[in-house]
Amino acid sequence: MKSHSHDHDHTHHHPHAEIIEVAKPGYYEIMETAVRELLFEKNLITPNEIRRQIEVLDSRTPALGAGVVAHAWVDPAFKARLLADGRKGCEELGISFYDDTQLIVLENTKHVHNLIVCTLCSCYPRPVLGLPPDWYKLKPFRARAIYEPRAVLAEFGTYIPDDVEIRVSDSTAIVRYLVLPMRPAGTDAFTEEQLAALVTRDAMIGVVPALSVTAEPAP
Amino acid sequence: MSLIKQNPPTYMLQVASALGERPAFSVGKAVRVLVRFPVGHYRVPIYLRGKKGIVESIIAAPAVDNETEGFGHNAGSKLHYYRIAIPMSEIWKDYVGSTADSVRIEVYETWLKEDLT
Repeated sequence: MKSHSHDHDHTHHHPHAEIIEVAKPGYYEIMETAVRELLFEKNLITPNEIRRQIEVLDSRTPALGAGVVAHAWVDPAFKARLLADGRKGCEELGISFYDDTQLIVLENTKHVHNLIVCTLCSCYPRPVLGLPPDWYKLKPFRARAIYEPRAVLAEFGTYIPDDVEIRVSDSTAIVRYLVLPMRPAGTDAFTEEQLAALVTRDAMIGVVPALSVTAEPAP
Repeated sequence: MSLIKQNPPTYMLQVASALGERPAFSVGKAVRVLVRFPVGHYRVPIYLRGKKGIVESIIAAPAVDNETEGFGHNAGSKLHYYRIAIPMSEIWKDYVGSTADSVRIEVYETWLKEDLT
């Protein structure tokens, strides 16, 4: 190996990027820091509350939503309450709505297929699913889901027959949506836990059905 | 009947709303989304403005106008959000799919008018 000069001068280039933040903070980043520090100084909120809220956000995963769906599949009275008021239904199962949004649960049937999108930004049922996938936040999905939902669903491998109605719920203000997928055939003997394992994030967005029991197990 | 409680904290003043905060549109009513283009980030997507739909449901718990409040004004009385059903074919002239396909979206009362056409 050619000897490598280590008498560092200011023009020396390392062959790899250093793991440091080099970009200067932007206008809104600086504003956020300033407002946050003011709120601390005025004792309106504490650094620990911010840290805790981030911890809460990161604790939410699609497993929560899957539990809600599986419970609705096995308990018709709960399902009725959940469809009447999605937020209250989830709260019954101990899921809190830290962002103070309402939740409408949309039931897929043999006649209706629901898909959710936020054309304006990235509104998503975070209390029950956690953070949205990147594709959900990107413009191609947001624009096309509302304009050509059948083509978008086909790209996810979901072919909706023409006699099934598609309802695209655009989530833009105070309400969030969660799709209640159809319970797969052949699951009559399944426990609630086994059922929950069939309910994936994408099924609760409405881009795919729940896993079929004959499907290949996840790798 | 007094709507003002005895010695309430100022933020708890119970003010009677002129319209009783009752929803202006009922379920099944034909409504049209207003066409207007205020400057700023508003929650009614452009593709929806001027389109005709049907009130599917009235979203419970009236709310203040987030947009007015968001731009630093006092929004006053609470009004309702409505979940509106709009046929895809009403929005997209070249829509490919079933004529039953639709968009469902919640729209605040200030953005709607009764459709008489």
